Formats: sequence, C-alpha cells, structure tokens
Amino acid sequence: MGPLIVYEIISQNTNLLLAFFIGIGFGWVLESSGFSSSRKLAGVFYGYDAVVLKVFFTAAVTAMLGLLFFSLFGWINLDYVYINPTYINSAVWGGVIMGAGFIMGGFCPGTSFCAASIGKIDAFVFIGGLFIGVLIFAEGYPLWETLYKKNFLGFPKISEALGIADGLLTLLVILAAVGMFWVAEWAEKKFPQPEY
Amino acid sequence: MAVLIKINYKNMDRKKTKYLNPYIGGILLGVVVLVANYVSGRGLGASGAVKNTVITTAKAVAPKHVENTGYYQEYFKSHRNGDEPANPMKSWLVFEMLGVLVGGFLSGAIAGRLKLKVEHSPRITSKRRMIFALMGGILFGFGSQLGRGCTSGSALSGMAVLSLGGFITMAAIFGTAFALAYFFRKNWIQ
Repeated sequence: MGPLIVYEIISQNTNLLLAFFIGIGFGWVLESSGFSSSRKLAGVFYGYDAVVLKVFFTAAVTAMLGLLFFSLFGWINLDYVYINPTYINSAVWGGVIMGAGFIMGGFCPGTSFCAASIGKIDAFVFIGGLFIGVLIFAEGYPLWETLYKKNFLGFPKISEALGIADGLLTLLVILAAVGMFWVAEWAEKKFPQPEY
Repeated sequence: MAVLIKINYKNMDRKKTKYLNPYIGGILLGVVVLVANYVSGRGLGASGAVKNTVITTAKAVAPKHVENTGYYQEYFKSHRNGDEPANPMKSWLVFEMLGVLVGGFLSGAIAGRLKLKVEHSPRITSKRRMIFALMGGILFGFGSQLGRGCTSGSALSGMAVLSLGGFITMAAIFGTAFALAYFFRKNWIQ
C-alpha cells in the first residue's frame, strides 16, 4: 500500500535516494520532449509549437487517472497524499507573476534546470534570476505576508468545490484536454514557424 | 539532383535533433508524477529546491540576520528534524532537482544536444535574450514563492491530486502568459 514512505515500507534516506531517481526520470522526460529549448516552450503562446500544452495536459490527465485507479485497486491511500493548500489570493497573484516571468524568460523553474544541464547559457541566467526573486520574497516578506496568507480555504479538491465526484471531474478534464489538443494541432498548422 | 541531396541532408539533420512525441512524453511525465505520489506521497517540484538553497546560503552568510528575520524564522519553525531545525539541503526537492540535472544531461548527451550556447530568435541579440531571461527568472522566482510552488509543484502536481489551488495557479500562469504574449512577441516571433 502506498505512499511507501507513509506506511514505512521505505526509510527516510531511501525516500531521498528515490527522489533523486524520480528527478532523473523528470529531467529525462523534460529534455527529450524539447523542454530544454525556450523557443519551443514559448511557441505555445504564439501557436507555432504547442508541445508545452500537449505534454503538460497529457501528464496531468495521466497522473490524475493513475491516482484514481491506484486508489480504486487499493494500492494507494489518497488520504496520505499531499494535497496543495488553497490560498485564493496568492494562488492567483503568484500565478499572474509567474505567467509574466514565463513569457519574458521562456522557461519555468523545472525546465530552466533541464536546459542548463545541456548547456543553455540563457537558462543559467534565468536560474540566477530565480535565486534573486526568491531572495526578494524572503527579505521583503512582511510587505506581502498579508496577501500570502489571505483567504485560506484549507486543502479542498476542485471536485469538492464544484460538488461533483472525482471521476466525473477527471472525465471533464480529459474532454477539455482533448479539445485543447485539437486546437493545438490546428494552430501549429496555421502558424508555422521556420526552423529553430 | 542537388536539390534532392539538399533535402535529404536536411531530413538527416532533423532526425538528429528529433524530440519525443509530445503525447508519449506527457504520458511518461504523468507516470513520473504518479510514481512520486506512490513512493513519497507527494508530487514533483522545482522552485522549492531554489528556496532551500537560498535559505541555506543566507544562513551560512548571515546567520544573525536569518535568526532575526520573520521569513526564515517561520521556515525553521515548520521544518524540524526532531528538536533541531531541519537541514534545508537534506530535502526531497533538492535530491529530486539534482536528479533533474542528471536526467536532462543524459537525455541531451544521447540526442547530441549538449552545447554551450545562448538560444534566441535570430531577430534579437543575445544580450536582449539574457536581459529578458534574468527578468523572467526574477519574476518566476518571486511568483513561485507567493503561489507556493511553480508549474511543476503547484500547477502540474496540484492538478494531479485535484487541488483547487493547483487548478487556479495553472490557469493564472498560462492565462497571463497568453494575455501578455502580444507585448513580448518581438522576443519570439517577429
């Protein structure tokens, strides 16, 4: 029964070792999908390359379905899986600021490390920026502490918030994803980009 | 004939830098998220490792300052190893991100993509690319702290466990980037 660490099937140190291997898988998939290229990543916002959208939503749907089935088969106890807390204001404003960073920098944190690992100098610069941004947040914390902690709703699932079953919500996300994939395939044909 | 050779050469060149089919890549990434939840009861992350490194560096450089500053105090209050404050570098996310560097490097090495370079649109200079990369990094670093996680930790892993906050952050990140794309188009397309 999982999570393995919660049921003490593996030790704390084994957990860290497995984190390293999980990271290898993460970095490998990102790089081989083309996430080490900022021009490929930014493509989704101009329609010429929608790889971000396709990989991201396929991954989200796969993980959602996987967790639902694992739970159904009794392989994982979802009560012990970490669910991100919901603070409405900071979720929105944090996301808005990250979105601006995404379109300007062409990376997100995970993809920048992946790009740096194959030698992209702009990715090293982006990572330098990440450190500065985190330091600014830490040092100026009293200035945004109120916003950071405003409207805490606990750890709700979106399915609970909408009052529908987890399975139905997952089905809706799958349908939305398929719709977006269809638009993405159309956009890539409509806005072709020369070699890059 | 010459044209034919040229085309063939172009095709070969393309094959060398061929990426994984995005839907296959997505399934594999989803499996990685699933494994992380099954093994460790948590999703992936990236910005958290940066945070832990910043905290560790600040503690080493200015220990007095860290002791007296609210943000670090809160961190060490909620991250304990028994009675002691936890070592931020001995964390799941730090080990995972070290793995990301190894995994990315191995994939790039096998595909022949290892190269030191500044990647940018031919219509802008490397200097402009670097300035925007720095500004983007600063904003993303700040936003990831405010939003309690970035695209990996909050958006992708949050969505996988159906977290309401994860869905909101995901929509805010992609929505804002789409909304601002027009203003930064020179950097990427024209």
